[in-house]
Amino acid sequence: MGKVGIIGVGQSAFVRGYPGSIRELAFEGFKEAMQDAGTTTKDIGASVICSAPEYDKQRSPAGVFAEYLGLTPQPTFYVESLCSSSSMGLRLAYSLIKSGLHDTVAVIGFQKMSEISSAESQERMGRGADIQWESPFGTMMPAYYAMYARAHMEKYGTTPDDLALVRVKAATYGQINEKAVYRKPVTFDMFSDPESPMSGPVASPLRVGDCCANADGSSCVIVANEEKAKAFAEKPVWILGLGAASTSVNLAGRDLFTGLSVAQQAAEQAYKMAGVGPKDIDVAEVHDCFTIAEIMAYENLGFAQPGEGKELIKSKETYKEGSIPVNVDGGLLSKGHPIGATGGSQIRTIVLQLRGEAGDMQVKDPEIGLVHNIGGVGLYGNVTILGR
Amino acid sequence: MGKKKEQDTRFSKFGTVSFTSITKVNDFVEYLEQGKVMGTRCKNCGLAFFPPRADCHQCLGSNMEWFEVTGAGRLVTYSKLEYAPVGFGEDLPYAIALLDYGDYKVFGRIAGDVPESEIRVGMEMKTVVNRLPNGQLNYVFQKA
Repeated sequence: MGKVGIIGVGQSAFVRGYPGSIRELAFEGFKEAMQDAGTTTKDIGASVICSAPEYDKQRSPAGVFAEYLGLTPQPTFYVESLCSSSSMGLRLAYSLIKSGLHDTVAVIGFQKMSEISSAESQERMGRGADIQWESPFGTMMPAYYAMYARAHMEKYGTTPDDLALVRVKAATYGQINEKAVYRKPVTFDMFSDPESPMSGPVASPLRVGDCCANADGSSCVIVANEEKAKAFAEKPVWILGLGAASTSVNLAGRDLFTGLSVAQQAAEQAYKMAGVGPKDIDVAEVHDCFTIAEIMAYENLGFAQPGEGKELIKSKETYKEGSIPVNVDGGLLSKGHPIGATGGSQIRTIVLQLRGEAGDMQVKDPEIGLVHNIGGVGLYGNVTILGR
Repeated sequence: MGKKKEQDTRFSKFGTVSFTSITKVNDFVEYLEQGKVMGTRCKNCGLAFFPPRADCHQCLGSNMEWFEVTGAGRLVTYSKLEYAPVGFGEDLPYAIALLDYGDYKVFGRIAGDVPESEIRVGMEMKTVVNRLPNGQLNYVFQKA
């Protein structure tokens, strides 16, 4: 069996209040990826549409998108695993190609979160947890991740100041990413300035500055078998390793609160499949929906020992010039987090990095990159390893 | 015209806002009314569940018995919310938390009268039934 390659990547700008419908939003990421790949709609054997439900009136968006994007009569699939939907979509595309069913597959992620208010969005996202036993207590994503932050602080001495450093790094790169929703600088001092919105409490110990922003956006990744990839792409990027895991939705069913078991398990699978280890990764995209999530990702991916994630950010090793650059496109914190589009956007960043086409964000000559994409509160975990 | 079938929707009383009305473990709410927080245990294989379940994934049996959550659990972690999802704004501020009882864990809220300055990860707390201002029922954690 041959390799599976990525031949085209695209994303819309991530924005607040996209002035169009979801099919028009999806078209933006799709168009960029198709032009990047040099493919026509006739070249695409199947499409995989990825989002988290309940933000849109549209049911079964796959059929609507396939029609709007010109991908009929080819089969189309709808994949959802909350915030990791498009990484899960890539996993499906990989298996569709490996099985021989299709030569080329388009993975399209999207979310138009601005259809509803922020408080309504928190309620929708909270219902990505256990609606029977947890949601009746008034849960929301920041509070769940705050519980992990508290446990990490108690066990390892991680501090709110350490978390603030993650946001400062994200903003450093968000400023130079023209597709990011949040492009303003963030300084460490803002977190202790009561006048700054960054310092506002959300769910202790997390503050406003620790949380990513809702956004509208779309992404697209065109995947092909080895033969097609070599024919279409000058610089195909190969999928070297894939890992995916799930766990108990209710926190009561879990044992680990200082990290995400799904990330550990997905990473282990992906490293094994790729035949590489954490030290081989030259650039990474991790799911920093909250600052604590990036610190835990460092540890769960093996970039740092458990409890030592904070040292990586303090020493700036995860900056562009450091030993393991992470989220040098601004991450979810600055780029914004349009749920279903996020994984595809992370994959796009790593593909551009490996091709040497990341512009001002370019890391020096990376050969192997990693994408860590989490769904819900560590409910689903996907790790993808890509190489030149 | 047939007679409309009565539905057991007791679970809609659980929490500030319940998102579930019908479940096979509806008796959970009956026990809350009696001041008891209950889990289930599989009569076949003995596995204990909190939150309670109607079915055992270990032996695939559905023969459960109720047990009461008693004594103290250890506070694993918590977060105090200053912002709430739609439907919960009246409850602010409140803290969600997790207690570890050894054989099982319990997710819930810390009682509103426990000052945040007295909350410590690792402290012993007990789970007690609580009636909300809107007449709904839940349970909260108090200092043991």
